[in-house]
Amino acid sequence: MLTYLINGISLGSVYAIIALGYTMVYGIAKMLNFAHGDVIMVGGYMAFCATSYLGWPAVPSVLFSVFVCTILGIVIEKLAYKPLRNATSLAVLITAIGVSYFLQNAALLIWTSNPKAFPNLVNFPGITIGSAQVSSVALVTIIACIVIMVALTLFTGKTKMGKAMRAVSEDKGAAQLMGINVNGTISLTFAIGSGLAAIAGVLLCSAYPTLMPTTGSMPGIKAFTAAVFGGIGSIPGAMLGGILLGIIEIYAKAYISTQLSDAIVFAVLIIVLIVKPTGLLGKKIKEKV
Amino acid sequence: MNEKKQETKLVSIPSPNKIPERDLGKMPVLEATHLGIDFGGLTAVEDFNIAISPTEIAGLIGPNGAGKTTVFNLLTKVYQPTRGAIFLDGKDTHGMNTIQVNRAGIARTFQNIRLFDKLTVEDNVKIGLHNHIEYGMWNGIFRLPKYWSEEKRAHEKALELLSIFDMQDMANVQAASLPYGAQRRLEIVRALATGPKLLLLDEPAAGMNPSETSELMDNIRQIRDTFGIAVMLIEHDMKLVMGICESIAVLNFGKIIAKGTPSEIQNNPEVIEAYLGKRKEV
Amino acid sequence: MKNKLNVKNIFCGVSKKSRSGFINYGIVIVFFIIFQTLSSMGKLTNSLSGQLIPICVYVIMALSLNLVVGISGELSLGHAGFMSVGAFAGVIVATSLQNVIVSGSVRLILALLIGAAVAAVMGVVIGIPVLRLQGDYLAIVTLAFGEIIKNVLNCLYIGSDSHGLHFSMTDSNSLGLDADGVVILNGPMGALGIKKLSTFFSGIILILIVLFIIQNLVNSRAGRAIMAIRDNRIAAEASGLNIIKYKLMAFVTSAAIAGAAGALYALNYSTVVPKKFDFNTSILILVFVVLGGIGNLRGSIIAAAVLTVLPELLRQFQDYRMLVYAIVLILVMLITNNEQAKAFTKRIFRKKAKEEC
Repeated sequence: MLTYLINGISLGSVYAIIALGYTMVYGIAKMLNFAHGDVIMVGGYMAFCATSYLGWPAVPSVLFSVFVCTILGIVIEKLAYKPLRNATSLAVLITAIGVSYFLQNAALLIWTSNPKAFPNLVNFPGITIGSAQVSSVALVTIIACIVIMVALTLFTGKTKMGKAMRAVSEDKGAAQLMGINVNGTISLTFAIGSGLAAIAGVLLCSAYPTLMPTTGSMPGIKAFTAAVFGGIGSIPGAMLGGILLGIIEIYAKAYISTQLSDAIVFAVLIIVLIVKPTGLLGKKIKEKV
Repeated sequence: MNEKKQETKLVSIPSPNKIPERDLGKMPVLEATHLGIDFGGLTAVEDFNIAISPTEIAGLIGPNGAGKTTVFNLLTKVYQPTRGAIFLDGKDTHGMNTIQVNRAGIARTFQNIRLFDKLTVEDNVKIGLHNHIEYGMWNGIFRLPKYWSEEKRAHEKALELLSIFDMQDMANVQAASLPYGAQRRLEIVRALATGPKLLLLDEPAAGMNPSETSELMDNIRQIRDTFGIAVMLIEHDMKLVMGICESIAVLNFGKIIAKGTPSEIQNNPEVIEAYLGKRKEV
Repeated sequence: MKNKLNVKNIFCGVSKKSRSGFINYGIVIVFFIIFQTLSSMGKLTNSLSGQLIPICVYVIMALSLNLVVGISGELSLGHAGFMSVGAFAGVIVATSLQNVIVSGSVRLILALLIGAAVAAVMGVVIGIPVLRLQGDYLAIVTLAFGEIIKNVLNCLYIGSDSHGLHFSMTDSNSLGLDADGVVILNGPMGALGIKKLSTFFSGIILILIVLFIIQNLVNSRAGRAIMAIRDNRIAAEASGLNIIKYKLMAFVTSAAIAGAAGALYALNYSTVVPKKFDFNTSILILVFVVLGGIGNLRGSIIAAAVLTVLPELLRQFQDYRMLVYAIVLILVMLITNNEQAKAFTKRIFRKKAKEEC
């Protein structure tokens, strides 16, 4: 029982980290970045290459993965999304899907569709809380999630760049007039989101150690669901949504049906949205008449 | 404003309101009593009372942010009032939504023009006529005789309505590509097409030049006369308001501070103060 | 003088609408004649002639989704769900009536109709809660419903014997079939042993019917209302339009069409698995709609046909073809949304329009 809860929180923490990327990008660029899930996959492969091919230890491998994904995020934004800043949201969505296809198929060419066994990066034993056995990966995941959450909250609340980010997400035009570098801020958001995706990729692959070009799709969609669940655009919302989603998924798998667990997760999302149309912590914005 | 215009005399009715003398004895088309709304603790409109007789042209004026558009939004149930009641033809509109209010007889235009941009001018008017065209989805898909006869009727009616503003030649133009003034006029035609008893116009003359405005004044009077309906308008152009309104209500900080005929309003010290500020005592 | 101008204007307007509609029928018929001739002359490669029915299916799906995305203005990311429901409903009808109705075409027609009807019911069930939401929230809920449908069908077992249909959610053994019974739907393995009923001709006829329905709907009272709500919901409400009714009308019509397309698709193969109708399929159809031009029916037809064949034509690139597809997709979006390119096409388009009228 308690084991399920901890596993749920652990899985939920991964979703939450991915959902943070979705929600930050949505908040600032008002776009659904469907390629985000595939950045997770790239993050996983990068860490895999660093450890398995280059023989690097865990920490440098993770940092390498974060570095590559951060650059990737900035490049994607510059090449594919920036030219579409004034286009319809649907056009941006389709472009994001194009980027997603591109990343998946590029990965397919480089690493083939054979699943890779992800190496074990966390090398200390798990702990026991009461009756529950907590694996070391779960522990690291939960700690990472808490650290990221605190860091992001401090960053957006206290630093100048964080405030600029919030200003740009409220009103791009006004922010520009106040002398904020809008393009730079958007790039920074993508960089942070993609860096987080890399961490999520490593954590995800540590928990479920098979790596394929499509590894990122389903967690991506679920994390996206988590972001909407919590209220898209809201950082605490993404956190809450992610963790709740993880817990629901693990319990549904354990007590109802493994095959139907995804259906149950999505059903809960639908019910929440019908009761509260902007998600758990989302703000209601009414069009002015 | 040198021309001597005959002012309609206002007379009292049982409720604390006045209506034009000629409509005495008729049920007011609209009556609002003690209407009020709060937005999260902030009172936007408070104790709003008004009666509009079936053929009256009424004006609602006041400084920016006084709550004029909010009153329109309350009357059309875009917002549900926190307090008070709205009677349409003596019937309480409590619990109705925007759609039902429109069907019951209130049509409106918007301060920031809201047209169906991608539809043609004619189709915009036909949307106004929507509830007066009688054929369903299957008739439309299979092009049954009812489709042809009803569409023909709607087409003729739409052109007839457009001809009020001499816009029938623009019937096939996309609404978004119309010049600004024409967009405002099209909005009035569309509202009129829904067959209202009361037409609410939110700043109909905004952005128009003086000659367009005076033309609009004639049009509004003509609409009232031909359709026999009441008109209530929000406007900042005092020439228009004083020129065509029979009764005027002045709103400031969500409250009515004065009501009366144009000349009464023009000489009301409280109104002058609301617009120009308090005279400093020397 | 003024009156004359008027009449001409109206005439030009009405005839332009119906002319455009007839051109669409014409394109479909010409497409059929060309490919039918090539096929009977044996000039089509195997892979290409195998693509003819899928092309029809995707054209219908694109038209169906365009009704929601383009005409009604709501983003749906779960359209493959309706296709899926229609597909399996169609298979169940066709298979269970195998011994009752001899004629294959009658069974096909019944399968298409029932596929459409079941998908329409699903459309109502989903549409009523979903259409109260707006924008991206609506999109995510349609995505969620698409995934739920896929998941549920993945663990659904249906069999038929002399007693009728049997259902189960655990496995095919628990269906309790008689010795003569057949398993129609076998969970994740999907429907097996389907008898192929779909033909290229039936696909073309279905496209024409769908075009007829959508085009006539758009140019009628209901279609006008649907587009008005898309353009300005608040003004539509103020004009007394029943928002939910018309949104639901577009959504359910679209779902029904997708259901028929699904049935046509499933009855073209011997095996169909629920996984086929996943998020990626929904997205693929959305790509057709966006590249063809949102709200542009002819664009949807052409984009769906070309993009279904394109991966086949890119066969020489082998492994690179999906990568190329992705790059083409991104480039097309960047170019079509480029301000300069837009201004350029607008200029050309204006000139043309002037010449016409």
